[in-house]
Amino acid sequence: MTTLLTGERRDRVRRWRASWRRRDTRAAYWFISPWMFGFLALTAGPMIASFVLSFTNYDGIGPTHAVGMDNYRQLFEDPQVATSLLNTLVFTALRVPLSMALALALAMLLLRVGKAAGFFRTVFYLPVMTPSVAVGILFLLLFNGNMGLVNNVLGFFGIPGPSWTTDGSWVKPGLVLTTLWALGSTVVIYLAALRNVPQDLYEAAELDGASRWKAFRHVTLPQISGALFFTLIVNTIASLQTFTEAYTAFFGTSNAQTYSHEAALFYVVYLFQQAFQFMHMGYASALSWLLFAVILVITVIQAKVSKRFVYYEGDAR
Amino acid sequence: MTAPPPHHRRRHRRPAALAAVAALLLPAATACGGVGLADTSDTFTTMGYGMGDALATVRVEKARKTLGTMKLEVNEGAFDEQQFLSAVAAGDPPDAVRMDRTLIGGYAARGAIMPLTECLRDQDVDLEQYRDGAVDEATLDGTVYGLPDSYDNRLLLINGKVVEEAGHRAADIDTSDWQALRALAEDLDRTRGGKLTRIGFDPKIPEFFPLWVRANGGSLLSADGRTAKLDDPRTVEALRFTVGLIDAQGGWGGMKALRDSFDQFGAGNQLVRGQVGAYPMEDWYVSVLAETSPDVDLRTKPFTDRRGEPVNYVSGYSWVVPKGSPHPEEACEFITEMTAPDTWFAAARAKAAEIRKDGSPYIGDFTGNKVADRRIHEEIWKPTGNAAFDEAARQLYAAQDNAFSVPANAAGTEFRKAWQSAVNSVLSGDAGPREALEQAQQRAQAALDRGNTERE
Repeated sequence: MTTLLTGERRDRVRRWRASWRRRDTRAAYWFISPWMFGFLALTAGPMIASFVLSFTNYDGIGPTHAVGMDNYRQLFEDPQVATSLLNTLVFTALRVPLSMALALALAMLLLRVGKAAGFFRTVFYLPVMTPSVAVGILFLLLFNGNMGLVNNVLGFFGIPGPSWTTDGSWVKPGLVLTTLWALGSTVVIYLAALRNVPQDLYEAAELDGASRWKAFRHVTLPQISGALFFTLIVNTIASLQTFTEAYTAFFGTSNAQTYSHEAALFYVVYLFQQAFQFMHMGYASALSWLLFAVILVITVIQAKVSKRFVYYEGDAR
Repeated sequence: MTAPPPHHRRRHRRPAALAAVAALLLPAATACGGVGLADTSDTFTTMGYGMGDALATVRVEKARKTLGTMKLEVNEGAFDEQQFLSAVAAGDPPDAVRMDRTLIGGYAARGAIMPLTECLRDQDVDLEQYRDGAVDEATLDGTVYGLPDSYDNRLLLINGKVVEEAGHRAADIDTSDWQALRALAEDLDRTRGGKLTRIGFDPKIPEFFPLWVRANGGSLLSADGRTAKLDDPRTVEALRFTVGLIDAQGGWGGMKALRDSFDQFGAGNQLVRGQVGAYPMEDWYVSVLAETSPDVDLRTKPFTDRRGEPVNYVSGYSWVVPKGSPHPEEACEFITEMTAPDTWFAAARAKAAEIRKDGSPYIGDFTGNKVADRRIHEEIWKPTGNAAFDEAARQLYAAQDNAFSVPANAAGTEFRKAWQSAVNSVLSGDAGPREALEQAQQRAQAALDRGNTERE
């Protein structure tokens, strides 16, 4: 068995070497070389460096000393780590399902619009182009408890709006609602997936007397499950790394920092504070590896669970 | 497909190789981003300084002369901690930096900025000319790290119209009597439809919390900057009172929301629109009011402690020389000139002329340099006939001598964040004053100990 595997591997290596004799292969590597350089120099390199630094007391300026596992031990003693991690997980748990459901609803609406779909697709995509910093500032304006548009609209219906920017219970929901408007990318992915669902499956379901809900449940969802899974992974990772909107609204300026709210202290914001404001680069590196581990665990769980639900065209299952 | 002849191949290969090299170098070149900090030997760069008005431009023009033939590059914009730290770590810092004085201790403890001991000696600088509050904030363990570039005083702003309409006299408002202050706040505040429309008295916490602690006879930090005093009973009492003052006016949510909706820099500011009765504020805002709403019914008084003595909490910016500054000697000359009495005087004269040309009252400039302040007060400032702003200017000049600042400390930002977080958590109802300040004390002291240990 081992001999067989070794033989297969040897064949694969031989084929790979032989491929270099082809002009197309060399050209392909030339074309992807900028990305490879970018990955090695700007991603893999800093990752390795941050791993090494996570075992030191590096402050960015002075001499660096090895501190063993101290930084990792401190992760468990620092209450701000648990606070920021919990804030981030709550934000992710609120944002990801909401954004997916809303994007799917919009994509299904777009599917029925017909000729005007192109226009609405552009309209839905435009907010994606808005800088996140502007979205952070917008949050403070829209959600101002006294004069904000959101509370004015709620007040019109007789609902007293909460203090979105100062009440710890409402800071995260407010930020989730603010980030929800940039759904364009997810909508475009769902729209493409919905267009690929074979119409004959709907016709067969209709002949079998399936209701609209049952057709959606048993035809649409399984057929677009690949796209749903992809956006679940991508949105989860993006939410766990969320930074700009919360940082701009609550930590970006010295004035905002003065009024910063613990409920908006997301993990990457805390990591940034440790690195660039408190100058604990070594500890910040350990924080970044903890986040990497959290994202890895969540993604692996999602991938494992998805095997039961995700349908890929051509898949034997 | 057959391969092209060898000479063709060579001809194709060269542009392809060049393109590949360019593609490899492009990301590296563009990845740097941010503000470019020139490091050529004939260029002197600054960070954190803006050329907003005549006061700024005239000073730079005067200081530029100390650089001889060197080119001066002023990177305008607010000081950016990430940009600064990255530049110092990369060994490519600017020559001189203007930063918030509360940051100086933390950077000094880690060796990110240079002591000015030699600079002061070489330039024969008389440290006595600078105000104590500004020097203390930039002095760690007896070593001076920064020369003051601004000096922000706090005094009490009173909306005469609002106060008198409610049947009070501005002269009777007294921050030493906390019980009366609370009654006044409750009397002046207004709500409509469940929303706060006027703040009666705004204690301006978290940012002015050190002022309330001092007014109660305490301090956030020992004079040597090594021992946090956040759980001191006087600190706890000050927090309990100020948060109670806000709660008595409907709570933090409503007050913060109203504050955020102020048109602070416009003609329809909070004093003009009657959205606030009285509050302590920095001197720069008096200048803003003089320009945007010179007819507002402004009254000013010194903030007094509980014994009735005037107390003035000062903060501001200072010039520092970062570690690895390419031109440390020129940087020393530059910052000395920027903060010298003659420079301030010339700049203030230009600013006053600019303001008077617009018909606005000039209320003076507060520099952190006693000699400059005296000359500006005596030779440039003069009563304008606008009683409110003339009185404000007099109050501000009088307040300079009763000033205090939070001493420099090795924890820098971490110390400030500790007490600010405590105040914020009490304001948002997440913790009580004692509990929040006890936690903050532990956090602050740990940061101070760590900073001092690393330093030693």
